[in-house]
Amino acid sequence: MSARANILRSSAAHAILIAYTILALYPVFLIVINSMKSRRAIFNDPLALPTRETFDLVGFHTVLEQGNFLLYFQNSLIVTVASLFFALLFGAMAAFALAEYRFRGNLLMGLYLALGIMIPIRLGTVAILEMMVAANLVNTHWALILVYTANGLPLAVFILSEFMRQVSDDLKNAARIDGLSEYRIFFTIALPLVRPALATVAVFTMIPIWNDLWFPLILAPGEGTKTLTLGSQIFLGQYVTNWNAVLAALTLAIFPVVVLYLIFSRQLIRGITRGAVK
Amino acid sequence: MGNLSLNKVCKSFGQVDVIRDVDLEVKDGEFCVFVGPSGCGKSTLLRMIAGLEDITSGDVCIDGSVVNTVPPSKREIAMVFQSYALYPHLNVRDNMGLGLKQAGQPRAEIAEKVDRAAKMLDLEKYLTRRPGELSGGQRQRVAIGRAIVRKPKLFLFDEPLSNLDAALRVQTRIEIANLHRELGATMIYVTHDQVEAMTLADRIVVLRDGRIEQVGAPMELYNNPANEFVAGFIGSPKMNFLNAPALSQPGRSLGIRPEHLTLSRDGGLIEGRVSHVEHLGGETLIYLRAEPHGLITVRLFGEHAASVDDRAFVTPDMARAFHFGDDGLRLAA
Repeated sequence: MSARANILRSSAAHAILIAYTILALYPVFLIVINSMKSRRAIFNDPLALPTRETFDLVGFHTVLEQGNFLLYFQNSLIVTVASLFFALLFGAMAAFALAEYRFRGNLLMGLYLALGIMIPIRLGTVAILEMMVAANLVNTHWALILVYTANGLPLAVFILSEFMRQVSDDLKNAARIDGLSEYRIFFTIALPLVRPALATVAVFTMIPIWNDLWFPLILAPGEGTKTLTLGSQIFLGQYVTNWNAVLAALTLAIFPVVVLYLIFSRQLIRGITRGAVK
Repeated sequence: MGNLSLNKVCKSFGQVDVIRDVDLEVKDGEFCVFVGPSGCGKSTLLRMIAGLEDITSGDVCIDGSVVNTVPPSKREIAMVFQSYALYPHLNVRDNMGLGLKQAGQPRAEIAEKVDRAAKMLDLEKYLTRRPGELSGGQRQRVAIGRAIVRKPKLFLFDEPLSNLDAALRVQTRIEIANLHRELGATMIYVTHDQVEAMTLADRIVVLRDGRIEQVGAPMELYNNPANEFVAGFIGSPKMNFLNAPALSQPGRSLGIRPEHLTLSRDGGLIEGRVSHVEHLGGETLIYLRAEPHGLITVRLFGEHAASVDDRAFVTPDMARAFHFGDDGLRLAA
């Protein structure tokens, strides 16, 4: 009786999860299949799979030949990886200090650093632009990296300081007695132990950066620093939109995110479930 | 050499004083145990000696020189933690050798020292394993090995046996005692378990609320406790405190150990009813309820029959009894 109820319950849970997965993946699936169809086929029957007659890679050809696609791709990758690296590094360092050292204003500092979670950074766009102009950073990768690092820090500090507190004090003290410097304690002991949390923060930080259109448009619209998202916009015209090219560009843009996600995902699951089961 | 002296050492966290005016001398080669209930400040005191906690006032001296501001790694100490605190990403050999590597010793020398310590602790087979692949007892031995290879002036143990199961605890306790004999080094050991304190120590320091209550050899504390707290803390089962005025004895309470009471069915000084019996084979513990004294524990050697609600009499051996005054201090005999 109870075994049957269990099967019912778990199949119901799976049904809901599968339905949600389909709902979430279907748009992505549509983009991918349509990117491989001819223009006419996209409009005639957007939900159909590409057939022998409708299969057409013209979108990919356009993207690779016309736009400076590889350069945009490279720009996006540089900006995302560098921002991710700095946000995680400085976020983890701040989190370590907040969790580890007793100093006056520790709590206030923690709250101050976490404040950014609630305030959208785009509110400061004008000031940021003025600063970037003054610092001569417009149309450089650094403009974007600095902004994204700042934007990613609050969440990183907030999540990581909680995890840093769970790193055993005894372990850090043992390392101090063994003569390790505070930096080595941070890098060789604390950081590896919060790896799951790092992965979680990395995924949450990475995706908005990769997808962002706002700051590349304002701070780095030059041909040499255009990111992928901004670069794809050339196919979206006011009157005519090259859907083949847009869909092909989007399809290509999905892959790096998927690859990075796969790298982090095992750690991510551990990060989310840690504390729940132990 | 490994002399330690504490002069008027204090520690406060904000308004709270955790350690108050502690004076203590530990001689070279001594095994000194800090014991006390949880929250008495014994671990904090150990951390202050190690340099992991700042000292609010007073001096910590190792071999005559004040080390208040010397970082832990330069104090020539080694510490063993309750949670073992092994580096999870290093194998046993690297765990034990890290401190020496950090101090810049040649690789061959480190390997030799690690091998020697591993042999001493029966860890040779496990040198290439990571801590995650070891049992609790093995992990604690690695932690002890990590301390040994440093050849410290002072060994500091922070409740090293608390995470082990009962059988392993006894075994490791003996190993630590042997280690002390072999190395002849000064050891400071923190525990809340008075049995560990009694069995290991040359000298026991009993702490309460950040203050030293009494310092002495185990048998000194057992036979000659300075106050009610020490009398109640040292010895297992715990000492009985009888109502002294009801027995027309001086002071507020009369302390008598469970082993210094005689039990009789026919007559004696105090009458009570058996409320619980524990048969341990070698000894029998009988708990007696007697007003106005409360629950009295009687320890009898060998096997004794008794059942709950039996009427029984106990008589204290007055030569072994202690009198305590209203302030908890021993009254002069």
